[in-house]
Formats: sequence, structure tokens, C-alpha cells
Amino acid sequence: MAMSRKRILGTLAHRAAVLLYIVVALFPLYWLLKVSVTPTRLLYSEGVRMWPSKTTWAHYAFVLQNSDFPQFFENSLIVSLSTAAVVTLLAAAAGYAISRFEFRGKIWLIGFLLVTQMFPLVMLIAPIFKILSSIGLTNSLAGLILVYSAFNVPFAVFLMQSFFDAIPRDLEEAAMIDGASRFMAFRQIIVPLTLPGMAATLGFVFTAAWSELLFALMLISKSDISTFPVGLLSFVSKFGVDFGQMMAAGVLALVPAVLFFLLIQRFLVQGLMAGAVKG
Amino acid sequence: MSVVNQPTPKPLRQSPTRRLATAVEPYLYGAPVVILVATVMLVPLVIGMTYAFRDITLLNPFSGGFVGLANFRKLAHDADFWLALKNTVFWTAASVFFQFVLGLILALLLNRPFAGRGIAQALVFLPWAVPTFLSGLDWAWLFNPVVGPIPHWLVALGLMSQPENILSDPNLAMWGPIVANVWWGIPFFAITMLAALQSIPRDIYEAASIDGAGAFERFRAITVPFLAPTIAIAILLRTVWIANFADLIVVMTNGGPADRTQIVASYIFTTAFRRLDFGYASAIAMVLLGLLMIYSLLIVILRQTLLARF
Repeated sequence: MAMSRKRILGTLAHRAAVLLYIVVALFPLYWLLKVSVTPTRLLYSEGVRMWPSKTTWAHYAFVLQNSDFPQFFENSLIVSLSTAAVVTLLAAAAGYAISRFEFRGKIWLIGFLLVTQMFPLVMLIAPIFKILSSIGLTNSLAGLILVYSAFNVPFAVFLMQSFFDAIPRDLEEAAMIDGASRFMAFRQIIVPLTLPGMAATLGFVFTAAWSELLFALMLISKSDISTFPVGLLSFVSKFGVDFGQMMAAGVLALVPAVLFFLLIQRFLVQGLMAGAVKG
Repeated sequence: MSVVNQPTPKPLRQSPTRRLATAVEPYLYGAPVVILVATVMLVPLVIGMTYAFRDITLLNPFSGGFVGLANFRKLAHDADFWLALKNTVFWTAASVFFQFVLGLILALLLNRPFAGRGIAQALVFLPWAVPTFLSGLDWAWLFNPVVGPIPHWLVALGLMSQPENILSDPNLAMWGPIVANVWWGIPFFAITMLAALQSIPRDIYEAASIDGAGAFERFRAITVPFLAPTIAIAILLRTVWIANFADLIVVMTNGGPADRTQIVASYIFTTAFRRLDFGYASAIAMVLLGLLMIYSLLIVILRQTLLARF
């Protein structure tokens, strides 16, 4: 009896702790949503209420109609989707090479990619600006895509490699014995099996590119090619007092990232786990 | 029968072109990544290192000459830099500590099967998907007494006499970005630890249970030793990453008030972005890189000695 009561208490404590984590994780996002639908005149009088007595979509309407946010949104979407596509493609090829081949210099390739993961990207801000401006790639979405692709590809290679490692070699060896070239085996057997892994990589890189701020600030100075983070930050400094509108814009920035994350989070966690377990 | 059904053995002799193709194949697959990373990261890194020895300011056509170690001499007497270095240590240590402890607890909670674990996991990992600039802005708003509840809660708890923004208090401001960073970074540690936890064979726990080990004893004798290598690697990588992570600070406080939240990474960014002093920014960056390399080396040596002992 005492044993089972102790177990029930333990279970209760466990559920309560999980619930606490969920509340802490969600509360800041909830608050963002709450303020974004609070009418401006209630903002101060009902400042700490959990939900306003009246709600409004006016802030969203303003942000969508009277600001550059639709343009920022489009720019960010172009940059993030292109970066994700380029990185996933390149990382799939390199991850496959590391997973399936023994070749001279493989250890150097892995070491090289690991080291680039370690060094401070902020130290590249000045030289990258100089180089890109000399070839006309500042104030250009292509320049951002190039930079983001390079920054995200090393991690993506390891992620893809862990997905390839999880597929038994026998499958493609059988196909090759049947006369398929390695490339055909890759395309027709391996690629379909690693689609979840590719989806996870896409989602991961998309989110990273969608969030990047410092290089976008440095490399882009024109408003019509700003990405969402840059636009939101300049909006904050320009309209620093209109919290409703700022948070409405914030919610809009949050939506694509969260959607992507929820779609792929299961695969991503699996992939990271596979990578982490291998050590 | 079985002999007939066997596939014909693959011919051993291949044409030279085919052999060459097989030999270069992995290089072809790996080349695009290497070329991309080398041109966008390695080349600028080397060029950036030369900047450190030059007087190079954007918009100033007369700059660009070599000045030897002048930037580094200036750095040695730069009080802002030493303050930023001190702030970096505090920012990194506090962020990593809380991310790790809270992430480990979360991983232990999620490692136990329960109804709704999938959905709970998706929700607690959600902050990770929040763009960092947005998580910075969001927390800055939560700390703002005009729209955020936190100052009012602190007053209600008696921790604050009247609702004020901790981000404008020089003695407390650093906790703002740290809280945002911890909130945002717990999922990383939780995922890594959860992966390591799930790789521990179940039967070890069962055997220990049968031998009469209690829950705490099992945690100490099985979980901790199994997790230790993962913990070491995760903390090493995360420390380096967080020491360089300037976004939250740039967004939330921009280094203020009175430079009390300026870390070395945000100082580099400010020097390059606002003062356009690329030479000095690169000199600071080189010092930061050196310090991080020394740190990583120390951790690796520590790990090897620990591994050798057990």
C-alpha cells in the first residue's frame, strides 16, 4: 500500500513537472499572441490580465496593409527556402560520401567541417562584407543565400550522414549487383528512404535562415530587400511605442518557423538522436 | 536449383574509365560542400586575419595600410574590451549552467513513458523553433512593465519595490538576455541528453533494481557515468557557441546600459557594424578565437585525462 501511494505521488510530481515545463515554454508565445490582439486603449489598463476583455485584429490589419512586412515576409521566404534547398542537396551528397565511401582525406573532410562549426561567425562579418560588396552581392538576396548556405551546410552534412548510416548497406549493394550504377541506387533506393531525413534537414536549415539577424543587418541596407528580422528590428526602433503592432508582426514572423518545426520535429529529434548516440 | 537462381557473379575486371569514376566518386559528392565552405568561410577568415594588422575603416578611402600590432596594443588598454570579456564569462557560464541543468531534468522527465509524451515533447521543444531575434524581442517585452507581466509579478512577490524594467538596471540587465537564452536553449540540451539516455540498455537498470539499488543509487551509478561523455561534448560545443551568440544581446539591450551587457561577440559586431572599424573588429575577433581555442583544448585534455583514469 505504502509502495503504491509513493508511486502515485511520484507520478503526480512527474506530470506536474512536465506541465510546468510546458507552461514555461509556451507562456512567452502566448503573451505575444495576447498583446497582438489587445486593443491599444486596453493595453495599459489591462496590462497584466491573462486575456483582454475585448480583442481586435486591427494590429494585424495595419501591419499587413500599411507596412513593408508583406515584402519582408516574401524576402525571408525566398532566402530561407532557397538556402534550405541548396543546403539539403549539397549535404545529401556529402553526407552520402561520408557514410558510404572510404576515401583518402575523409578524416580531413570531417575535421574541416567540425572546425567550421566551432569558430565564431561574428569574426567573418567584416571580411564577408568587403568581399561581397566588391562583387556586388551586398544588398542582394543571392548574397544572403550564399552566406547562409555555407554557414548551415556543415551541420546538415552530419545530420544527413546520420540518416544514411541508419539505412542498411545491403539494399544498395543488392541493386548494384543487379546492374544498377551507384548513382541509380542512390536515387532510386536511398533517396526515397531518407526523405524524412531530408525533410528534417530542410526544416532545420529553413528555421536557421529565417532567424538569422546579424549578417542580414550588415549585408542589407535597403528596406525593400530586408529580411523579416531586419525589418522587425527597424520597425521596433521606428514605431517603438506601438506594442500591439510590433507583436502582431512578431506573431507573423513566428508562424512559418513554428509550422515548419511542428511538421518536422519528430524526424529532427530522431536525426539528432541518431547523431548524438553515435557520439 | 539454388545454383541456377544465384545471380551471375559480377565481372572482376572493370574498364579503366569505370575504375577512375569509382575512385573519384566520393570526391565529386563532397566537392560542392568543400568549395562552398572554403570560399565563404575559410577565405574570409584568412582575409579577416590580415585586417587585424591593418587600419581598415569602411567609407574611409585613405585607410587600409598595415599598422602592425597597433590594433592589439589598443586592445590591451581598451577598458570596454576587458569589461566585455568579463561579461562574456558571466553570460556564458550562467547560460550554459541553467540550460544544462534544466535540460537534463527535462530529458529525465521525458525519458519515462507516459500518455501524451509525443505532444508534450513537441510543446516543450517549441521554443527552439522560435527565431532568436523574436525570442529576444519577446522577452524584452515581457520584462517591460508597460506591456509585460514579469515586473508586476516580481513586485507581487516582494522582490521589487515598484515595477521596473530589469533591462535598464545595470546590475541586473544581464539576467534579461540570460533568461531568454535559457528559455530558448533548454531544448538543445534536452534532446541531446534524451538521446544519450535512450541509448542506455534497459537491462542494466533492471539488474541493479534486483540487486536492491534505489532510484538515486541507480541514477548515480548507471545514468551519470553513461551520460558523462555526451555531457562533456555537449557542454564544450554549447559553451563555444553561446560565447559567440550575440543576437539576443544586440536585440534586447544592444550592450547597454553602460556596457554592462556587452559581450565580446556583440562588441565585435558593434565595432564592425556601427563604427565601421573593420581592422579593430578583426583584432578583437582574433583574440576571441584564440581564447576559445585555448578553452577547447583544455576541455579536450581534461576529458582525455578523465577517460584515461576510469
